[in-house]
Amino acid sequence: MSDTTTSEPTSEPTTGPDARSRTGEDRPLVRALNVLKSFHGNEVLKGIDLDVHRGEVVCLLGPSGSGKTTFLRCINQLEQIDGGRIWVDGDLVGFRDDGGQLYHLTDKQVAAQRRDIGMVFQRFNLFPHMTALENVMEAPVQVRGTGKKQAKARALELLEQVGLGDKPNAYPAQLSGGQQQRVAIARALAMDPKLMLFDEPTSALDPELVGEVLRVMRELADQGMTMIVVTHEMGFARDVADHVVFMDGGVVVEEGKPKDVISNPQHERTKAFLKRMRSEHDEAAADAESLETPKP
Amino acid sequence: MPTTDDRPGLIEARPVRHPGRWVALAVIIVLVAMLISSFITNDRWGFSTAAEIMNQTPVLEGLWKGTIVGTIGAMLIGVVGGVIVAILRLSHNPVLRGVSFVYTWFFRGIPRLVLLAMIGSGIGFLYANLDFGIPFGKQLASLMGLSSDFTFFTLDVNQFSSSLLAGIIGLGLSEAAYMAEIARAGILSVDKGQNEAAAALGMNRGQAMRRIVLPQAMRVIVPPTGNETIAMVKDTSLLSAIPIITELFYQTRAIGTRTLQIMPSFVAVTAWYLLVGSVLMVGQYFLEKRFGRGFGTGAPNKRFARPAGAGGA
Repeated sequence: MSDTTTSEPTSEPTTGPDARSRTGEDRPLVRALNVLKSFHGNEVLKGIDLDVHRGEVVCLLGPSGSGKTTFLRCINQLEQIDGGRIWVDGDLVGFRDDGGQLYHLTDKQVAAQRRDIGMVFQRFNLFPHMTALENVMEAPVQVRGTGKKQAKARALELLEQVGLGDKPNAYPAQLSGGQQQRVAIARALAMDPKLMLFDEPTSALDPELVGEVLRVMRELADQGMTMIVVTHEMGFARDVADHVVFMDGGVVVEEGKPKDVISNPQHERTKAFLKRMRSEHDEAAADAESLETPKP
Repeated sequence: MPTTDDRPGLIEARPVRHPGRWVALAVIIVLVAMLISSFITNDRWGFSTAAEIMNQTPVLEGLWKGTIVGTIGAMLIGVVGGVIVAILRLSHNPVLRGVSFVYTWFFRGIPRLVLLAMIGSGIGFLYANLDFGIPFGKQLASLMGLSSDFTFFTLDVNQFSSSLLAGIIGLGLSEAAYMAEIARAGILSVDKGQNEAAAALGMNRGQAMRRIVLPQAMRVIVPPTGNETIAMVKDTSLLSAIPIITELFYQTRAIGTRTLQIMPSFVAVTAWYLLVGSVLMVGQYFLEKRFGRGFGTGAPNKRFARPAGAGGA
């Protein structure tokens, strides 16, 4: 844990501990310090620290109930933190710091902070009464005030990018899960976010549809998008992530380069989790193999 | 067709017999025949007289102004007011929540007949003129020695309260209390993830409500609203409590009483109410289709049907 005390008064209220590295190019895009969160007295996050730099892909791993999804939701204020601080691009998330005294932001200010953060949900959450194209156009037109023509052109471009250029007029109910999730990614990208949050984007998908979504995410990472991904896809974490964080019981147990954490875990809890994931993976692979074996 | 192969072929099974259906049919045929025979042999039904009454000018005027205009007007006020009251009820502001609760409590608690009678005679008795201005304006003005009494607009209540508009407002205010509950149920039926997705895109609460939640809530709101509309068609007959005499039942019964054709006048008014109700049912069907788009199998564009084998989550 960092030794920066969160109550330390800073001369530059909006930047906090970032102030000292402000001139440096290495100022993290996301900085979380000692993030605390409880639900009805149940401590879900017990002091999470995390730095995410521009262009970095960070995967959050861990068993369900470890708090990784909650932490992700705290970054764009779908949950409000009880303690600690989160900064995105130097702005304190959710609060205004006036000489050490925090003030809650208004609904409008909260909405403004979320504009630059894209989010992709486990259950897609596409707007079912709108076509794929309308889903992608909605936020630029309503929130940014982009002209319809321009928004439409950009939306078609984004649908093309996620491989759905041929389905702009389909309603979500007419699309497969993988297609829906790709529309959801395009919808988030339409706001030109500087950060993308993925909350178990492939967990609700049939196994054969996982690949198409991961492929889109991989391309996005290659283009230099800063991404925080909560996932159970070890292969994706190993190949794409710059940094993986293993969480359990509301704390960060272990973090580092993917090949270190995934291939050579130090902590018992990480080892146990990875072993469990691996055996499930092997079982699935064995199943697949037995299916592929030609019948005599 | 039997196949030579020993593998089982097409199924040609006998259907399950439903003797109950035939018994029910026989009973109904007998009852309907009895009814028709009474229609033909009992002159007191007076169907031809009823048809004449249906076409009388005062009846048609009552149908148009009282029933049709009354229903449309009251439902417009009811739906718009109901959605507003529902949104207030779900607001974060405790004062607005309280206002919404008291509104629903009051207007749902008093019978429409009583409400309309009160609007018709009571309010005009209490406030012959409604002045819109500064509270205690007269007292303030005399205190300050001014000739003005801070009244900006005056309404002659006695004249207004017996108008059709007053009746429509009364029915609409009452309806808004019921519609509020329907709208609230509709809003709450929308998945929480929809609000989260809208919020994550940077939409504020108003935008999320207007663009994302309400259009989806309509799917749940429309069917009971159709019900409410059909109920409102019938409740316009209460307008005679105001009293408004350009009203379908009032006019029909007046003709029946005057010409001693009581039963034919009832037949006439029943026929009109059934006709208007039938038209509304057709309208409701199309509205449900419109607001159900993007849901279920009734998807409008079959060209984009889900590819075979791709199961959606």
